[in-house]
Amino acid sequence: MPYDKTIRRHTIAVIVDNEPGILARVVGLFSGRGYNIESLTVAEVDAVARLSRITVVTTGTEMIIEQIKNQLARLVPVHKVSDLTAEGPHVERELLLVKVASTGDERVEALRIADIFRARVVDSTTESFVFEVTGSSEKLSAFMTLMDPLGMVEVSRTGVVAISRGPQAIMKRGEAG
Amino acid sequence: MPEQPTGAQRMTGAEIVIKSLLDQGVDVVFGYPGGAVLPIYDALFKQNALRHVLVRQEGGAVHAAEGYARSSGKVGVVLVTSGPGATNAVTGLTDALMDSIPIVCLTGQVPTHLIGNDAFQEADTTGITRPCTKHNYLVKDVNELGRTLHEAFYVARSGRPGPVVVDLPKDVQFAEGLYEGPANVRHRTYRPQTEADPALIEKAIDLIAGAKRPVFYCGGGVINAGTEASKLLTQFVRLTGYPCTLTLMGLGAFPASDPLFLGMLGMHGTYQANLAMHGADVLINIGARFDDRVTGRLNAFSPGSRKIHVDIDPSSINKNVPVELGIIGDCRQVLKQLIEAWKKRKAKPDGKALKEWWRQIDEWRARDCLRYQPSDSVIKPQYAIQRLYQLTRDMEPFITTEVGQHQMWAAQFFGFEKPHHWMTSGGLGTMGYGLPAAVGVQMANPGKLVVDIAGEASILMNIQELSTAVQYRLPVKIFIINNQWMGMVRQWQELLHGGRYSESYTEALPDFVKLADAFGCVGMRAAKPCDVDRIIKEMIKVDRPVVVDVMVDKTENCFPMIPSGAAHHEMLLGPADEAKKPVSEEGMVLV
Ligand SMILES: Cc1ncc(C[n+]2csc(CCOP(=O)(O)OP(=O)(O)O)c2C)c(N)n1
Ligand SMILES: [Mg+2]
Repeated sequence: MPYDKTIRRHTIAVIVDNEPGILARVVGLFSGRGYNIESLTVAEVDAVARLSRITVVTTGTEMIIEQIKNQLARLVPVHKVSDLTAEGPHVERELLLVKVASTGDERVEALRIADIFRARVVDSTTESFVFEVTGSSEKLSAFMTLMDPLGMVEVSRTGVVAISRGPQAIMKRGEAG
Repeated sequence: MPEQPTGAQRMTGAEIVIKSLLDQGVDVVFGYPGGAVLPIYDALFKQNALRHVLVRQEGGAVHAAEGYARSSGKVGVVLVTSGPGATNAVTGLTDALMDSIPIVCLTGQVPTHLIGNDAFQEADTTGITRPCTKHNYLVKDVNELGRTLHEAFYVARSGRPGPVVVDLPKDVQFAEGLYEGPANVRHRTYRPQTEADPALIEKAIDLIAGAKRPVFYCGGGVINAGTEASKLLTQFVRLTGYPCTLTLMGLGAFPASDPLFLGMLGMHGTYQANLAMHGADVLINIGARFDDRVTGRLNAFSPGSRKIHVDIDPSSINKNVPVELGIIGDCRQVLKQLIEAWKKRKAKPDGKALKEWWRQIDEWRARDCLRYQPSDSVIKPQYAIQRLYQLTRDMEPFITTEVGQHQMWAAQFFGFEKPHHWMTSGGLGTMGYGLPAAVGVQMANPGKLVVDIAGEASILMNIQELSTAVQYRLPVKIFIINNQWMGMVRQWQELLHGGRYSESYTEALPDFVKLADAFGCVGMRAAKPCDVDRIIKEMIKVDRPVVVDVMVDKTENCFPMIPSGAAHHEMLLGPADEAKKPVSEEGMVLV
């Protein structure tokens, strides 16, 4: 089979049992087999069924992406693997917190740009702001680029979370299996 | 106190362990005691239904359990203590993972309140074994213990089998809790697909029936799918009349004596098997995983073939070699479906093309690629193994091996008619595997002939297990192909490193006959070709563990060989080819 050799970025959602060691299993799989992780987020999404959702952004050729999905699915506590990039339209969002420490013109300019990006000020002192921005990873990166010369001293990003568009759900809620 | 579910019983964690094993049909555990598993050993002591085999090193326990599992089709069980007990088990666990062997390994752990405190003999066992098990558990609540153990057995044997570790803190072993039998345990997530999509079966039949130069390439997946799978494979191959080759892991899945059998393929496979792979137009892979020992250089692997791959593990499909038709399912089930579909369709192979293909294959066969230079003065290793085969084949012996040239010669010269009779460390290539594996095989098959075809270097890696064999009166036979070299290392140094034999000669070998004696085994030696038959016959007669030191030609190399980085059609057939075909630079870096 002629496989496409281009390297592409894929966002993959993985529904797992929320049990000790599950994140280590997933991360170990990526490092052990030499796959890339661009970002990875995890949190419990169903307290009743004790399920967590891992969103991982990775890159690779078609064959590698297929391997990644199969290897993830092979982990015993994994319920569902969904390649959002391949499966159709979906929404990706990330949250960014940026600390800018500056005064005078720089401070004013930072506020002005924050306004354009619809960032929220979540903390302020006379010599600093913490901005909160949500959006695509590209938007967040653009914001950081603009803040960099204006006294950006610290950054915290969540990594991507994503969900498919339309009424279809990744799996039935409250159902483990 | 919560209400007891019907059928649930109250007992200690240690008792739950014993009860769970018995409920899983376990009759023997391979293990070694220590502080963190004493409650379980105490519970073992108080009962008679479950036997325990005391190995001499925990590494031996896992290999023994592997031998037990592979020769019986059941799950092998291991019990070791925390810390060093668990870390000693790691090689065996990795071995079982690579070769897909169902193992449940119970490890002791420091009490839950001490976990993370660097307590005495504490190791992060679940952390260490995460990448070398199919799955692992740390049980912190005694009420979860029974369910977890039953789940562990389910995971170990279902789908693509593998090792599962259950880490048991000592306080959990002492605590009292409710035990639930296996009947109510249903896994939350793990349900491998065993039956193939019928549409894919139809497509496969199209491809198979339309083939002009077909070859069946089958592996350990067929063995793991149970004895019936091998019978079905044999039936299907015979229905088609197509040639069949097997991987190292698959030997025995198709009868070696059948004229349709081409021998093993791969790095030390036969000329006819590898050239059939190279020249095939349709390749039917059932339960093999396109391992690098099999494929050789990937971009030249079976270049003209349309490929079908049957595997229970979806991640095996399209991992190394892209295939046209990937079929997920259990080999037994899929073979059944294939046979049914073939018969229903009254499919017929292309007789004319097939005849021409066999003519070509027979021409390759006529090269007699396993031929070696016989000798009257020195025992050729191939000769020793050939004689062992001839003189024991009627007894349907169980063969284990160590790792090296002797292992490859055993694979080439020993014919297996049935599955579950050949136990070798394929994926990991673990020296020291064969003797403990033989112990496990003999436990599962009392009264049967069990021979470890060994190398003198490998056998020293787990020689302590002779003591286990003696204690349990296991009459295993250790057949050492003693060339005084790490022969396989020497062969690579000859081929790739200008004959600079760095550290591959063992200067101070023990006297194996005396060593056998010291352990309470019987020692024998064959020094001349004329000794070989006599020694083998004597060895079989002795109903005790025997160590046979077969002093063989020190410089013999194992052929045919596909040097690393080369393709199937670039095989070296013998010493004369070595000089002619240098190994490529890319090949040098491969192992
Ligand atoms: C535990 C382990 N260490 C090292 C190796 C690398 N190795 C592969 S074959 C071999 C030599 C084996 O020598 P011997 O047992 O005498 O077998 P021979 O090749 O001579 O038949 C070595 C060192 C290995 N496979 N396993
Ligand atoms: Mg040797």
